[in-house]
Amino acid sequence: MNIVVAMKQIPDLQQIRIRNRQPLFDDVPLTLGTIDKNALEAAVVLKEADESIKVTVLSAGNEEVEDTIKEALAAGADEAFLILDDALEGADSAAIAAVLAAAIKQMDGVDLILFGEGSGDNYSGQVGSRVAELLNLPQVGYVSSMEIKGGQAVVTRTLEDCDEVMEIALPGIISVMAGLNEPRIPSVTQILKAGKKPKEVLELDEVDVDIKKLAFTETISNLAPESNRKKIVVKSVDELLQGLRSENLIGR
Amino acid sequence: MAGILIFSDKTNLALELLTAANSISSSNGDIKAVTINNDEQAQALSEAGANVYRINAAELILADVSAVAAALGQAAAELGSDIILLSSNRRGKELAGRLAQVIGAGCLTDVNSLEAADGKTTCNRNALGGATVANQYLKADKQVIAIAPKSFTPAAGGSGSINDLSVEVKPSAVKLLEVKTKAGDSVDIEAAEVLVAVGQGLNSKDDLAMVEELAKLLGGEVACSKPVATDKKWLSEDRVIGLSGKICKPQLAIILGISGQVQFTVGIRDAKTIVSINTDENATINSLSDYVLTTDLHEAVKAMNAALK
Ligand SMILES: Cc1cc2nc3c(=O)[nH]c(=O)nc-3n(C[C@H](O)[C@H](O)[C@H](O)COP(=O)(O)OP(=O)(O)OC[C@H]3O[C@@H](n4cnc5c(N)ncnc54)[C@H](O)[C@@H]3O)c2cc1C
Repeated sequence: MNIVVAMKQIPDLQQIRIRNRQPLFDDVPLTLGTIDKNALEAAVVLKEADESIKVTVLSAGNEEVEDTIKEALAAGADEAFLILDDALEGADSAAIAAVLAAAIKQMDGVDLILFGEGSGDNYSGQVGSRVAELLNLPQVGYVSSMEIKGGQAVVTRTLEDCDEVMEIALPGIISVMAGLNEPRIPSVTQILKAGKKPKEVLELDEVDVDIKKLAFTETISNLAPESNRKKIVVKSVDELLQGLRSENLIGR
Repeated sequence: MAGILIFSDKTNLALELLTAANSISSSNGDIKAVTINNDEQAQALSEAGANVYRINAAELILADVSAVAAALGQAAAELGSDIILLSSNRRGKELAGRLAQVIGAGCLTDVNSLEAADGKTTCNRNALGGATVANQYLKADKQVIAIAPKSFTPAAGGSGSINDLSVEVKPSAVKLLEVKTKAGDSVDIEAAEVLVAVGQGLNSKDDLAMVEELAKLLGGEVACSKPVATDKKWLSEDRVIGLSGKICKPQLAIILGISGQVQFTVGIRDAKTIVSINTDENATINSLSDYVLTTDLHEAVKAMNAALK
């Protein structure tokens, strides 16, 4: 069985500084989306229970993805399938979905494609659903548990007010929920071995997608909201309560 | 002129979409609403002024995103709608990308405000995990925009119409085996004037009792950071503040043992007054707070409870 896990390279959000409301990306290390890591972990857990499963990590992005993806290979993916072009950095979800779908068509006998419920940075959650439509595959999103049984998967979709237990025919697309598992931290040997795992690297023109036609989203501005908090440092609970009382926030 | 089509699985959210659609309709044309196997919702929307097109087809289930997207794609074509507004709850978000692909549209999700000007519909949405707000629009004839819950007030009053629409239902490759309703936690932290929010700084589930006492003394509700609900399972997910939880704007937020990562702060940064109690004087949340107390939260909560009783 072949499982593909789609992962997005993102800047490490915790290291982005804001100056004059502008996010600064200089020297911010690149990593993979947190929920994408949950998806990978879910695949690796399935693989550990069934040796015949092969896990391929799939990513489209700029040239740096080739290095960033080692994190996924170290964490248990068997191989990587990458489509690299600097034009893919920050590309529209529609464009990335078209590229990923085209890549999946070039792979042999894919049974299950996993996504995170949303990327770590944009959290827009479109790409998995778009790929499902492009490949005409069934999908279930917000999956909090899954089990493979023969030619299908039995999964739980967790909505705000209920859980749906679903059976989905394979090949199919599953998007996992944030936090459905605890992604493993690879050991030093695993990290060293990751560099030697097979990688297939394609250029954008090898997948025949005109991403310029799929550039739908125009960003006018992207700024941190203004914040002017008082930041009053109080020394005790009494002093805190006094402050809150003086503002009429408690004891009304 | 391009029309607007609205759809949500939830009636209250569909009514919010109707308000959103009204706010941009003068430059985008007439508004139509679609309901799927939900006559009650059709009624509510028509009573709020919408022209409703009911799709009633037993074999079409909401759990099959592929089939729902196909049905809405047909509805949009038939009704001549170029802009489709969906709700950005989980159901709507999962649907948004698929529907956009069906009709060849651009798509934005988690949109919390809309403005129509110069032939564009500009949207605000949180980006970079909530660190920034992106102001964006779609350069596409067809657009799917998913609107975050509670971004608009529900529409009320008006007189619309109810019509029937038939679509071809796409054969399903998913089966709904069981629906498990969640044990109800009917709390509405978005409506609370005072929130006492706890994070991973809380030692144990037992310590929740004193946090609840504090919330009660302040006339507020207990809320939490995500890991408290999803990892520790000490509180229900309905109480999570943040990007994947609720966006809250209380008068007073007391933040106990929460570090203040962007995915959390995006849900509380519009509070009027923020108090942070944290053992780490350099916790990120402190720079976003009005009052900062560097101490053990358990001791502080006990002292506050004693003082307020
Ligand atoms: C896509 C995505 C969406 C997310 N959505 C959300 C969301 O909606 N909401 C959300 O909350 N998170 C969300 N997160 C997770 C978020 O990034 C953080 O992991 C989370 O907010 C951290 O929770 P915390 O502050 O409670 O825990 P921690 O970061 O572990 O912080 C614990 C804090 O407690 C303090 N502390 C420890 N002991 C004590 C004590 N005795 N007394 C006082 N203080 C103490 C520590 O100094 C620390 O500051 C999301 C993440 C992703 C990737």
